[in-house]
Amino acid sequence: MSTSADLPADATPGLDALRNAQNSPLVDPGGLTFVYRGQAEAVRLRLWIHGLPATQAFERQGDDDLWVLRIEVPENSRIEYKLEIERDGRAEWILDPLNPLRAEDPFGANSVAQGHGYHRPDWTLRDPSARAGTLEDFVVHSAALGSERHVGVYVPARFRRTRRYPLLIVHDGFDYLRYANLQAVLDNLIDRLEIPPIIAAFTQSPDRLTEYAGHDGHAAFVAREIPELLERSFPLHPNPAARGLLGASFGAVASLHAAWRHPQAFGRLVLQSGSFAFSDIGHHRRPPTFDPVARFVNEFRRRPGLPAQRMYLSCGIYESLIYENRSLVPLLRQHGIEVRYEEVRDGHNWENWRDRLQSALTWLFPGPLWMVYE
Amino acid sequence: MPDLLILGPQARNPNLRDALQRAGIDGPMVAITAGWQEREGELAALEEHLGQRVHDLRLYERAEGVFAHDPALHEAYRQRQADLRGLQQTYRARLDHAKAAAREMFAQPADSDLTRWARRDAIAALRRLDAAHLGMIERVHARFTQEWRHVLGPLVEHQQADLKHMIEASAAVCIAGGHVAVLLNRLRLFDLQRLVRGRPIVAWSAGAMCLTERVVLFHDHPPQGAGNAEVFEAGLGLLPRTVLLPHAASRLALQDATRVTLLARRLSPAACHTLDEGSMLHWHRGRLRVAVGTSRLLRSGSTSAVEVAA
Repeated sequence: MSTSADLPADATPGLDALRNAQNSPLVDPGGLTFVYRGQAEAVRLRLWIHGLPATQAFERQGDDDLWVLRIEVPENSRIEYKLEIERDGRAEWILDPLNPLRAEDPFGANSVAQGHGYHRPDWTLRDPSARAGTLEDFVVHSAALGSERHVGVYVPARFRRTRRYPLLIVHDGFDYLRYANLQAVLDNLIDRLEIPPIIAAFTQSPDRLTEYAGHDGHAAFVAREIPELLERSFPLHPNPAARGLLGASFGAVASLHAAWRHPQAFGRLVLQSGSFAFSDIGHHRRPPTFDPVARFVNEFRRRPGLPAQRMYLSCGIYESLIYENRSLVPLLRQHGIEVRYEEVRDGHNWENWRDRLQSALTWLFPGPLWMVYE
Repeated sequence: MPDLLILGPQARNPNLRDALQRAGIDGPMVAITAGWQEREGELAALEEHLGQRVHDLRLYERAEGVFAHDPALHEAYRQRQADLRGLQQTYRARLDHAKAAAREMFAQPADSDLTRWARRDAIAALRRLDAAHLGMIERVHARFTQEWRHVLGPLVEHQQADLKHMIEASAAVCIAGGHVAVLLNRLRLFDLQRLVRGRPIVAWSAGAMCLTERVVLFHDHPPQGAGNAEVFEAGLGLLPRTVLLPHAASRLALQDATRVTLLARRLSPAACHTLDEGSMLHWHRGRLRVAVGTSRLLRSGSTSAVEVAA
């Protein structure tokens, strides 16, 4: 779905079209034309696209309060941005008033520009006809972390105690529910038989930059304590092929680290836009929060072992992390891990991670689609 | 030949009650819901729809009982299933190539004798592969039956007597959809083909697929894989010369003429019939009397509504 006005192929909009635009940006196969109307001394596009300047200035059209910026964007791209409006010598970042599309994240919201050809997948939207699972809340005292933790648990529709279920543990789980619509995604994929009914556990760290950065206590929490907690309440399949970890950014690091520290605990990993900082020589060039990550990833690159039989990795090509993620893939394959790797024209954000979930989950946990005709 | 009612999916907007009324079938019903596996026998929605009690034949539970009684038999059964899975994987790998070759031939304009011959031969290759695959499957089943007949016979005999009694006391046997392999295996284990002989049958989705001569698995746009329709097993053969395609509207790319023509020609002379919500086919004494909401895939690549011959 795109609420932006679509233009014919390679059409740069004329001034009349820009003056009359009800939505921004205007979309054509070659790019996006952003429009802003209002009094300002300067208008700038602020975006987080690796390879593009973080700030790009709009041009005022004549003496009007009409400001325009066109950028070239490949087809199927998705871009999150804000507008920086300068008035009376003060700059303010705002959501694009002409664009109703928003993407939320833990830091607030951004406007979303959907490039030509991008369509939000229908399975990411709640389907009223899909049988809905339920969420339960568990509180566990983690000996490994030395504190109490909330664990949300997704129980699929038509749950039966006589059946054994795969388990998927989700880092930043409540964020995945809120910003990546994960509950609706699970409901839909299960209802469509694309994945089997699964139990999903959602964890949320109060200090993710520490606990997700190669922390042994956290690894023990997800590899031992959460499964033990859930095995007391749910009939879980014990086979590692039926145990998975999912995480994005630092959550992907935490997933890989936990599986690496506890081989045989998990057979399936989903690693989205992993913050896999490393250094072949010298020091990595990221902030100090990445120091423990780089220590772990360097160690992992020296002796990867077999943390899981199958891994799904994805990364946006508009992310600075694309280099680290690409670098990991051949290493994993060399060590006998089945890897599916996807790159997309998107950035480091929740909707990118949301849109990859079907591809990831149906590959790691294939459902009975081929055999069931209800 | 008794009444045979074939319906589309019943989970959301069932037309079972209407179909029974239209066919003049009235009275107590028994159901086979083995395809629902752990949910077998959860008949509340079905009973509410029909407005009457329904007795489940509980084939899934009975099979579990048989296997629990003889662990060696259970192990041999598991091994047979593993062998069948291996066969299916091998067949699938070969099918990928044969199907790709056929699609390539059909992508070219049929403007020469050579192309027309190549198309025919590509279809023939698919048919040979399907037939060889079914032959291999049959051998696996025959070997299992040969080796375990003496154990299986006594174990299922008293179950069959009970099933026969329940079936004979009913006005019709309802065979629900679900997991087609699980269902077909249970129908075979208790020799339901023999037990239902002469009784009216109402079957939908996977239940309907099991009644045909060839069970064909299909999905033209799965999230993973090529989406090549596969011959899976021989069915019970109660509905000859027909391949049934439940959920066709969502699972088949019916607007893709090449896919339709390949499937129709590959499976001919069987007629490929779509089954969606509201579909109904009613055979009475071997003659098709009612056809509602179902289409036949044509060799030309299009579809046409199934109609009852005047």
